[in-house]
This record gives sequence, C-alpha cells and structure tokens, in this order.
Amino acid sequence: MTVSLPDGLVAVVKRDCPTCRLVTPVLAQLRRTAGAPPLTIYTQDDATFPPDLDPVDDTGLAVSLALDLDTVPTLVRVEHGREAARLVGWSREQWEAFTGIPVLGGGLPPHRPGCGSRTQDPDVVAARTEAAGAGTLTARRVPLGASEDDAEAMFERGWSDGLPVVPPTPERVARMLTGTTRAPGEIVTVVPPDLVECSVEKVAINAVLAGCRPDYLPVVLAAVEAACTDEFNIHGLLATTWFSGPVVIVNGPVTRAIGMNAGINAMGQGNRANATIGRALQLVVRNVGGGRPGEIDRSTLGQPGKYTFCFAEREGDSPWEPLHVTRGCAPESSAVTLFAGEGPRGIVDQLSRDAESLANTFAACLRATTHPKLALAFDALLVVSPEHARVFREAGWGKAQLLDELMSRLQVPGAELVRGAGGIAEGLPAAVEGRTIPKFRDGGLLIVHAGGGAGLFSAIIGGWASGPAGSAPVTKEIGT
Amino acid sequence: MSDTRVVLDPTGERQAPTRERTPRPATLDGLTVGLLDITKARGNVFLDRIEQHLTARGGRVVRYAKPTFTKVAPIDLRHENSEKCDVVIEALAD
Repeated sequence: MTVSLPDGLVAVVKRDCPTCRLVTPVLAQLRRTAGAPPLTIYTQDDATFPPDLDPVDDTGLAVSLALDLDTVPTLVRVEHGREAARLVGWSREQWEAFTGIPVLGGGLPPHRPGCGSRTQDPDVVAARTEAAGAGTLTARRVPLGASEDDAEAMFERGWSDGLPVVPPTPERVARMLTGTTRAPGEIVTVVPPDLVECSVEKVAINAVLAGCRPDYLPVVLAAVEAACTDEFNIHGLLATTWFSGPVVIVNGPVTRAIGMNAGINAMGQGNRANATIGRALQLVVRNVGGGRPGEIDRSTLGQPGKYTFCFAEREGDSPWEPLHVTRGCAPESSAVTLFAGEGPRGIVDQLSRDAESLANTFAACLRATTHPKLALAFDALLVVSPEHARVFREAGWGKAQLLDELMSRLQVPGAELVRGAGGIAEGLPAAVEGRTIPKFRDGGLLIVHAGGGAGLFSAIIGGWASGPAGSAPVTKEIGT
Repeated sequence: MSDTRVVLDPTGERQAPTRERTPRPATLDGLTVGLLDITKARGNVFLDRIEQHLTARGGRVVRYAKPTFTKVAPIDLRHENSEKCDVVIEALAD
C-alpha cells in the first residue's frame, strides 16, 4: 500500500493508549513552538483525539499499515515524502534529540513505553490475513446479479442439498482456510463419481456452504479423505438403490475442542459441529464429485441421514476404549470413522439387569438387520447408550467380550435362512441348509458408546454391502 | 453487500466431454459379442439365455464378469472388452 506522507514530523496515536494521552501536551507544545518542524497527527481509534490538535483520521489504518507500526505513539521524521527516522513510546531525552526542541514535556515522567498499534490487534490481523488469502484463491469466481437474492442464487446454481446454504464468498472461504495448516492448493483426494481432483480450497468452499466453523475444517478434510478410499467406496454407496450414506463417527480431543455432541440427542439435530461436518462431506460429494440424487444417486427411498449423519463417541464415561483406538489409532489422537449406514433403529430393553440378558436382546435385534433371513452381506454399527453400557461395565464385560458374546449368539442355523423357510421366499440359497451361518462377517460389527444419561435404549445402524464387495468402515486420523 | 458480490464455485468445474456413440451395427453376423455380468444376483440367468440364443444363431460370444457390482469395472476388464468385442451386452438385475 502506498500513501503519501507530509514532510516534517508525523505522530501516530490512539486514545486507548495511556502513553499517547500522556504525550498530548508534548504534541501541543511542538505545534506551538516556533521553528519546530510541521507536525501531522494521525489517530487510529478516535477521529477527535487528541482534542484541539486537528488530528487526521486513520481509523481505517491505511497510514498505520503503510508505516508497518508495532507501537503507538510513534513519531516519524518524513523527508521528501519518505520516512527518514522514527521513535516509539515516550522518552523525553530521545524526543528532544529527535525534534531538536530542548525541554519537551516538562512535568512528564522521563520515559514510558508505548502500547500496541491497532494494526497488531488480532481482529485486524485476521481480517488482513483473510483479505490476503482471498486474493490467492483459485476457484472460479461467480458474480451474483444485482437483483439476485444470495440464498436463492445458491439453489438456482444447484449447489444445495435442498436446505439453504451459506454463500461462499472469498472472504468466508479464506476465513475457513485459517482452520487448517494445509495449503489451499493441496489435492486432498479424487472425488467420485466424476473422479475430480479436490483441493483443500474446494473442501473449504463446501464447508462454508454447509455452515461449518473454520475449526471444523480438519475434521471435514479427514472425512472426505476417508470417504474417497477404495475400501469405503463412496461411488458405490452413492449409486446403490439401498438407503445408506456415509455415517461419520468422530473420536478424540477434537470432539471436545469444537464442541461436538456425544450426549443427549447425539444423532439428532441441534449441534452445529455434528450437523455441518456431515453435511459438508455430502456437499463435497454432490458438488465436487457430481453425485446427485436421481443421477448417480439411485437410492429407492433414501433416508434423512443423507443430509448429514455425524456424531461423536461419548468417551469420558465409556466402559470401553473408543472406536478409533479399537481400530488402531493412538488414544491421544483424533480420528473419523466412516460407516456406510442406514438410519438408526431403536432397541428397547428396560428390564435386563445382567449382561447375558442384554446381550440376548442386542443379538435378537441385530439378527433382524436388513432381513432376519439374510446374513454376511451387511455390516452393522451398534450404538450403546450409557444406561445400557452400565450393565456391561458392572458385569466387567470389555468391548471385545461383548463382541464375542454377540457373535456367538448370531450363529444362525442354515435351515432357518434358506429360501422358503418360515413361509418367506427371501433368504439364502438351499446350499446353506445344514450349515451354521454367522449373521455378520468378521469385523462387520462395530460398537460405540453415545447418548444421554437417561434411557435404556440403544440403536442399530444397519450397513450396506459389506467388505471388499461393497464398503468397509474406514478410520482416518484428523490432522491440522 | 454491494452489487459486485462474488462467490467461489463449489463444483469440480469440469465439463463432461461429449462423446459420439459408436454406430450400431445393422447385424451381429461375424461380430464378437461380449456378455458382461456385473455380478448382481441373477444377472447371470439373463446372460445365460442371451448366450444360448446367440450361439444357436452361430454367433461368437465371450463372457466377462465384474468382481463386484458395487464398484466400477477394473480398467483391464474395460480394455479387454474394447479390444476383443465388437458389441457388449451388460446385464443389470435386481
């Protein structure tokens, strides 16, 4: 930025600075003294300060920024429009030598340090960083018409999931990017179905659309990366006629840092981080990958979790190690786990007070996932509430034991599964008759702890075609 | 906001290339027909019948199958299809 400075002395002050107020009589003295260089006073925070000295308004900080100030008061000697020397703070001895006026500021203390220039205020620095960042973004700039409503314009361009989105202005996107240390141009992944390279900037744009705060961005980035792995197979998940979509379970310290909900109504509405992180992932798939309902997305009925489905595990009082630790991450790390899930279905058991009985209930309900006569083709995520988890804690059942107990209860006689059995045409081929078939493949049943402290209810989130033939859960550590 | 409001494009900014369809042959005489099973349940029943009809008429048939219906066909499979077949019939069943 170039500004022209008047020759002579230039003082930059702000009313909020006690040292600036202290030197006001000195500035008045310089104005009065015959033979003193002409003095121009710029004020950073109050156009009327110092009173009666005809200050120049620099509340926009143009001059202060051009001078790259750290401190006020700053006294600058300007020769031929350029800075020749400067002083900061108040020192009688230095001010006298600098101005050539003997005996300045009689009655003032000999020296006082100055205060921080307004240009160093965090809000000013952040705004400047954003402004500078906004200039470096490379996404196509889309001007909005003078008569266009911003919210309507987002719908008309096809960028919404059906709910209003936040217009991704360059300033908002630059602010979003302050949430990550990654460079805007870094390629995060390749997003199906169009197989488009997706930069950190594109993820940030969609995070703005979704309503995220900047500190959610690393979680969104990890979720996008996990979704676009071959194991998770977001392309197939999108294309299927089944209900499922990506369910994002977040673990670790980040969940507390950004205020995620793992308690009352954990899978429901009302928490910004839960709501917008899951939504941002879906918007990346829609907008960057081109995966839109009715086009590549062929779901017969869909489900409301395809707007957003993201929650945190309740770790603090869980009887078990968190999901990300079970899946190989360090306990102090934060991670997302993606699961290809339907909507949650409830399990009621208000009478079981021992672990065996409650495990029987869970197994009976899990048996019905997808269809009681189908097995091995679909995974499931069991979300155990605190009141149910207490039963297992009191019985000393670790997560591995609960899993073993459930899997042993879910070994189903083939005779019950074959087509026609039970008067139901659906089922497995006749070849399974005489065999025992596990309901879930190894690794196909996940357990997490979440929910409010009251309610003897847990939930099952059914999966989709499981494993290498479809989608396997993917855990990804969250970076910075 | 002023009249010069600008937003950043959230899409992949990609235009799908428009490709001409390969001309449809007037007859299958002398052509090799690939039958691609995407491995959806019972898609093979449909393709078995097609194969019977084609071979009964003296047609040349090559059978292919995707490893899983949930993922796009591997590039090697697509390449082999295009190299060895004049026509491909793909079965989707549900």
